[in-house]
Amino acid sequence: MLKKDSLRNVLYVDLSNKNFWVKKREDLFERYIGGVGVATQLLHEECPKGVDPLSPENPIILTVGPLTGLFPLASKTVAMFKSPHTGNLGESHAGGRSAIAIRMAGYGAIVIKGASDIPIYLAIHGDRVYFRDASSLWGMRSNFTVGRIIRENEPARGLRTIMRIGRAGEKLVSYACVITESYRHFGRLGLGAVFGSKKLKAVVISGKRSLPVSDRKQYRKVYDEIYHAAVNSPVMKKYHDLGTAENILPLNELGGLPTRNLKEARFEGASEISGETFAEQYLGRRLACSHCPVGCIHIAALREPYGDEAYFYKTSMISYDYEPIYALGSMLGGSNAKGLLKLMDLIEALGLDVMSTGVVLAWVTEAQERGIISEKETMGIKLSWGDYSSYMEAVRLIIEQSNEFYKALARGVEHVASIYGGGDYALAFGGNEMPGYHTGPGAYIGVLIGARHSHLDNAGYSVDQKVLVKRKLTPEELAEALLAEERWRQIQSSLVICYFARGIYQLDTVSKALHLAGFDLASDDLHRIGEEIHREKYRFKTREGFSLDNIRLPKRIFETPSLVGELDEKFVRRAVEHVKKVLFKEGVRKSI
Amino acid sequence: MRTVRILHKNGSICEQFGCNEVINYSGFNYVGGQTMRLAVVDTERCVGCQSCMFACARRQGEAGLARACIGVRSVGGMERGFIVVVCRACDDPPCVKVCPTDALKPRDNGGVHFDITKCLGCGHCRDACPIGAILWDDEINKPMICIHCGFCAKFCPHGVLNLEKRRGEGYAKKRLSQKCSLR
Repeated sequence: MLKKDSLRNVLYVDLSNKNFWVKKREDLFERYIGGVGVATQLLHEECPKGVDPLSPENPIILTVGPLTGLFPLASKTVAMFKSPHTGNLGESHAGGRSAIAIRMAGYGAIVIKGASDIPIYLAIHGDRVYFRDASSLWGMRSNFTVGRIIRENEPARGLRTIMRIGRAGEKLVSYACVITESYRHFGRLGLGAVFGSKKLKAVVISGKRSLPVSDRKQYRKVYDEIYHAAVNSPVMKKYHDLGTAENILPLNELGGLPTRNLKEARFEGASEISGETFAEQYLGRRLACSHCPVGCIHIAALREPYGDEAYFYKTSMISYDYEPIYALGSMLGGSNAKGLLKLMDLIEALGLDVMSTGVVLAWVTEAQERGIISEKETMGIKLSWGDYSSYMEAVRLIIEQSNEFYKALARGVEHVASIYGGGDYALAFGGNEMPGYHTGPGAYIGVLIGARHSHLDNAGYSVDQKVLVKRKLTPEELAEALLAEERWRQIQSSLVICYFARGIYQLDTVSKALHLAGFDLASDDLHRIGEEIHREKYRFKTREGFSLDNIRLPKRIFETPSLVGELDEKFVRRAVEHVKKVLFKEGVRKSI
Repeated sequence: MRTVRILHKNGSICEQFGCNEVINYSGFNYVGGQTMRLAVVDTERCVGCQSCMFACARRQGEAGLARACIGVRSVGGMERGFIVVVCRACDDPPCVKVCPTDALKPRDNGGVHFDITKCLGCGHCRDACPIGAILWDDEINKPMICIHCGFCAKFCPHGVLNLEKRRGEGYAKKRLSQKCSLR
């Protein structure tokens, strides 16, 4: 690490005592690079064993990496915390301007501890930290408004990130998200509720500085290589053109698009909610994260009449992607794009994780269909596939939690099914609601063994589509492939590179770029560090009671054929068993 | 202590960093004998990636954003798009008129030449520019003013920026001649 690099600065903020300090932690960055590697260590340091995720003792850790601000696409921030959703390791990544702002403010990591007695928001402008009263922002219906107010209040336009929560976070819904720059999210595992439990409405961060590089001439050369690879690669073009929503049609075609709570894997209305349809009829603007030339963020413009007055319209700008379209579209059997966008907009305003919300609503719809949930529990709402106005009502009630049923729904599908039954079709894995891939065993084994139970942990869905469609793998081979991918991804998310650019940041590029940031790591070192970070994450998980012994497998995934055919429960269990053997042989348990 | 390198002087920057373009004393880029000007072609095409800002700093041999002479920010929420703020090479630059040390001088074809060695960092120029195009490097307390080299435009992936032949309005000259006729 370079001598003058401000990456080593860790900002600690204590909300209880309205106090802050900075520590130089080159020890952490030199050993674990940054991002998820450093965040995992800070979590071990700051999060006491067995702590209630909604108590002041649970820390919020935000980290960036050495390439942030130096190279394009190193544009993500890693958040780590103990998840109120799974009660275990919480990790979520977001882009927007968050990473650049943290790096430009002069930090490699920010640790937020304690809890405030009154609602506040934090304003971190370079080396100054302000605790601002947010009492007037608490309880606001829409997080868009909160963003607007803070935008007016704070300096550094164009150089700042505004992370905030909506009502969902205030009301401690266990899958509440944190929104940054209106359209990017620390989406999964409930960081929003952790913010809410600390009475922390928002965090603004800004800064502007020069960063050191080891060789200026070489820096420009390597920068040009990466930049040109990014703007010319066909993969990046795909993300810019239709965006991730491009996947709706091909996945549907192949039979891997979860539909109506995964009763089916093909959706007859797919073409009405496809990336092509959204682009042609609704796409109003494309946006990029700071320091990413791609611009994958797709914003739909939805024009609606008010109805109470002639020619009186409003236009809402709503961000869409593959996962929200799956979760609120096919999963809810909805092909009305307008309705889907309106529901998406509401979920965004309230600050819920859209994927978990969709899966929860899908479960309620099926549970009502089957009669295990009546209108008594739902307070008079009859949910049916594709009926968006009742879904919107239900979402509002989840936020309010005015009866026991909605209180349970606000804790996710696994929790609600543990009380009311219907676990066979409660589609959560490791406590986290499923992503939009019914592609085969890889997808499910991936989220089961993934340290944060996210499809992005090891991209099992991709192994299904790229390998399993062509040839068979043994459960052990599949498990090994997923483990290898997850370990390598620890390096990418320590750097912290957007996963969309994973093809551009291959081993040699990573080494070259890191060299310019003063890290001399050969490919062997990178693999070793990746493995170590993965082990460290599992060490935390095990400490907090996670085990691969009693995994819950909802029957539904074996009933609906995937794009590589029917799934075999024994196969899945054998793969998980293998992962257990590998991880525990490596001494996850011993090291505790 | 931070070493401050002299910027915007006699083409030293571009030669130093292996750029093929020659920058004349005025700070303007000449291609085929024609003065060039950085133009913001269409902000509606801007996705807000800020690659231009990083490029500007890189041209000056720096990483990060402290040295950027161009700024991109949202209009007031990302949903409404972006504003790109950069010097537009005025014919009669307001920043020059308020500079107490002649660090800023007008050039023949519009825009300014900035001599950093004369600058006190008083900030009058920043206050005088009605479009806010004088950015500030807080680390060295000096203005950051575009020299219209066009390096940023090369890193604009979506055609927002373009280096084009200057179309001077001749406004300054006209005004001067009007003054003369009144006398």
